[in-house]
Amino acid sequence: MWWSLVLRPQLVCSPHKRNANMAQIFHRSSNFVARATLVLALSAGGLALAVIGGLARSPYLTNQNVARQQPVQFSHKHHAGDVGIDCRYCHTSVESSAVAGLPPTKTCMNCHSVLFSNAGYLEPVRESFRTGQSIAWVKVHRLPDFVYFNHSIHINKGVGCASCHGPVNQMPLLWQASPLLMSWCLDCHRNPEPNLRPKSEIFNMDWKAPANQAELGKKLAAEYKLRTTAELISCSTCHR
Amino acid sequence: MSSAARFSSLPRLAGAVCAAACLLVLGGCRQDMARQPKYRALAPSTFFEDGRSERQPVENTVERGALADDDLNIPKDSNAFPLPVTQQLLERGQERYKIFCSPCHGLQGDGNGMIAIRGMKHPPSYHQDRLRQAPVGYFYDVITHGFGAMYDYSAQIPPRDRWAIIAYVRALQLSRNAPAADLPPALRQKLGAGGAPAAAAHAGGAEK
Repeated sequence: MWWSLVLRPQLVCSPHKRNANMAQIFHRSSNFVARATLVLALSAGGLALAVIGGLARSPYLTNQNVARQQPVQFSHKHHAGDVGIDCRYCHTSVESSAVAGLPPTKTCMNCHSVLFSNAGYLEPVRESFRTGQSIAWVKVHRLPDFVYFNHSIHINKGVGCASCHGPVNQMPLLWQASPLLMSWCLDCHRNPEPNLRPKSEIFNMDWKAPANQAELGKKLAAEYKLRTTAELISCSTCHR
Repeated sequence: MSSAARFSSLPRLAGAVCAAACLLVLGGCRQDMARQPKYRALAPSTFFEDGRSERQPVENTVERGALADDDLNIPKDSNAFPLPVTQQLLERGQERYKIFCSPCHGLQGDGNGMIAIRGMKHPPSYHQDRLRQAPVGYFYDVITHGFGAMYDYSAQIPPRDRWAIIAYVRALQLSRNAPAADLPPALRQKLGAGGAPAAAAHAGGAEK
């Protein structure tokens, strides 16, 4: 079979085994071809692994930076950016619960019963309000089911919305600003200090780390009573 | 043919092992645990007719722990503030006011919030006499049940926070109607002896 060439080329054309009454089937260059095939096969395997690994981390598979179409073209840029509505006006449970919460249609109608009340593109909102059927918003940040992420603990320990969600106030249609890979979570769990903010700046989309962030981070970590690194990177912190 | 048979069994085995290993590696691509047959918050459902996994609570359901807040539900015409007014409560009220009320009522409570500027009906100013004289129960009733174009905020703002907001609204009202005699001596001195009115106003603003 062909693989006996690759795995044990000397069986076929080794000079020691050459025999007068056995015709030489293969040219001597077969030795080189066989070895080159081996090397190529191994490197192709390595390359394939590298490609698969790279692909798994690329935005192509993590969906990072891909703006999602929604049933209504809801713009965070307009609502959170231009109009300046606080995140918590709609995401009411973000400070007290694992999930930030998606507002019921009634929250939209707080304003849109009057504003843009005839706009065609808001018809799905009005229809939802009339019929009681939910608007099927498309989830943008989806973690695997074995990850038990909790919004409230991050908010209450000084991690701002924008640290993970990016500049939401500049996103006409929302996209996922972070890769949401486990390695990305761990980067911060191993060393949270660069990402800690004062309590008053958690919901500020435009906050930039000050020059003395290294110092501030240490101070805040002590103030928020952050757990030890060993606890923060323990499996059961995020997985049950 | 006979030599081929002699040498082929080992590579054949090696090939089979390789193939099995590849299959095992491919098995890692399956993400069964990542998408488990369970509902997470607000996930869609194909089981229930309305397509939601979250069920509507039966009407008049009392939320766990809400009974403890029963004392906070005071009548519309009562002026008895049911909580001790502390600095902490006022600060909480300020924060909640900024989130939920300021879009329409404005940061100063004069009804000039961004949403009002963008075309919503301007809500009445808190600084008009009618609302300055209104009992605190009236504000509680409006937050809980809505008023005019304003929908109710009972789902967004729990009772304790409603009272924090009301305390802050009272503070806003006071901010435009406080007699100088009510100021603490240090502030009064600044106001009186400040000399230039601009400096006094500036100092007052910083204190606030």
